[in-house]
Amino acid sequence: MANPNAAGSNVAGPNAAGMTRRERYEAQKRRRGMVVAAISTLFVVVALVVLVPMTPGWEKVQKSFFNGAVLAKSFPKLLEAFKINIMIFAWSAPAIAILGLLIALARDVKSPALFPLKIFGAVFTDVFRGVPVILTVYLIGFGIPGLGLPRPWNSPYIWGSLALILTYSAYVAEIFRSGIDSVHHSQRSAALSLGLSERQVMRDVVLPQAIRNVVPSQMNMLIALQKDVSLLSFIGPVEIFRQAGVFKSLLANFTPYVGAALIFLIVTIPATRYADYLMARQSRERR
Amino acid sequence: MAKLELRGVVKRFGQVTVCDGISLDVEKGQTVCLIGASGAGKSTLLRCINLLEPIEDGEIFLDGEDISVPGLDPQGVRARIGMVFQSYNLFPHMTALENVMLAPRRVHGKSRAQLLPEIEALFQSFDLGDRMHNYPDQLSGGQQQRVAIVRALAMHPEVILFDEITSALDPQLVGEVLDVLLKLKKQGMTMILATHEMGFARQAADKVCFLKDGQIIEEGAPKELFDAPKRAETKTFLARALK
Ligand SMILES: Nc1ncnc2c1ncn2[C@@H]1O[C@H](COP(=O)(O)OP(=O)(O)OP(=O)(O)O)[C@@H](O)[C@H]1O
Ligand SMILES: [Mg+2]
Repeated sequence: MANPNAAGSNVAGPNAAGMTRRERYEAQKRRRGMVVAAISTLFVVVALVVLVPMTPGWEKVQKSFFNGAVLAKSFPKLLEAFKINIMIFAWSAPAIAILGLLIALARDVKSPALFPLKIFGAVFTDVFRGVPVILTVYLIGFGIPGLGLPRPWNSPYIWGSLALILTYSAYVAEIFRSGIDSVHHSQRSAALSLGLSERQVMRDVVLPQAIRNVVPSQMNMLIALQKDVSLLSFIGPVEIFRQAGVFKSLLANFTPYVGAALIFLIVTIPATRYADYLMARQSRERR
Repeated sequence: MAKLELRGVVKRFGQVTVCDGISLDVEKGQTVCLIGASGAGKSTLLRCINLLEPIEDGEIFLDGEDISVPGLDPQGVRARIGMVFQSYNLFPHMTALENVMLAPRRVHGKSRAQLLPEIEALFQSFDLGDRMHNYPDQLSGGQQQRVAIVRALAMHPEVILFDEITSALDPQLVGEVLDVLLKLKKQGMTMILATHEMGFARQAADKVCFLKDGQIIEEGAPKELFDAPKRAETKTFLARALK
């Protein structure tokens, strides 16, 4: 404390700009990087804007895929139809989460009395992961109403959703299982040593950690589900993809499909970004 | 009658015999230290006592009652025998307080409100009063291990097993955890420790057991065993460990 000046300059080692040598170097490098990125991006965009319209078929493509008038006309109806996608998604997603978790737990049971459950879990995941979603949708969506069930029970909404729920539960169950495996085995020992039962260990100690570990992966499943809801259009429901098809036939133009794609992207891009962010944060925490 | 009595305990993993006929008496209030090279079977023996591993042969008695009967429900026994591990003890998704409350709530069916005064006092007495609401990753390694000990104590165990609870700690944090063990000893807790801390074993143990290849090949008061080991293997081990 003899020389306050010397002490002051030692604390942070600041220069005139309030930055250390290292920080100044990093800032300069960052600025230069941004300039290079901007120039190269601009170059690519200009090339596309200039070159693509010079192709021989551009005018036709523009008219049938990027037609402003058609877009304006179909967009509100497409949005309206998208509500059906959201609806199917909204009731399928919780059902998938619950069924997926139950299947994952069924595959981990140890009691011999529950052995059939274990077998069922294994068969279930194998079958529904092994068949293309569209096939499951067809088989269940056409097959079950074909039994001649009475009025509300022959709805393609119910059976189509069930097909999605079964398929996605199989994948989601596997993700939960990997999450359960990722919990350190010492956690189980520690919990058991306190006198907790196997069931309490699972519920209070293992599952909360397992679920947290797999949130990013399950986010990706949600995004995939959101898109696959459109597969139900093949068995009846007039959701956005089907609605776009109706417009295509009506107006003899493909622009409605582009409109539908735009609507999907508005939902899925933020969701994808968010999942990536969660994933990145988790791998940072692991380190 | 000894508090805890092991008679010819045998534990195998497949073809490998990890505990090869271990017999040991632990009197009430005694501190017994298990020492021995890595792989000697110390951790496995402790896990067998807590019924985390079923044993192939032999018996384990707690207060004269055979707790190693095949088919016995291990939960009740584990609630009476606490255990603290080397690492990954605490549940990372719960605060220190929630960690400590979980087992008394679930196993003894007590409410948070019922437990709080007693558990608060426990935290206070181990200098953790201001850490109750922290998550494990907000605690130092030494604090984490002390919370793990508090968590075991909250179940009012009759015996506590410690498996090298300081060996994952930075050297400057080892002392605070060993102090807790000394305090428990003073309070009359019955303890079995697997440890590499020879200084601590010499100071705190009533009995030291040297394990090699799944057998206790020499045991005795720390003074005898450390100052005048009888077996050549013990001498070799101590010479290396005390270097
Ligand atoms: N679950 C298991 N399956 C197979 N072998 C095991 C298992 N657990 C322990 N072993 C083996 O048993 C032997 C004794 O292990 P144990 O962990 O009890 O030794 P230790 O004395 O505690 O050693 P350390 O000082 O390194 O902790 C080792 O050879 C180990 O590989
Ligand atoms: Mg060990």
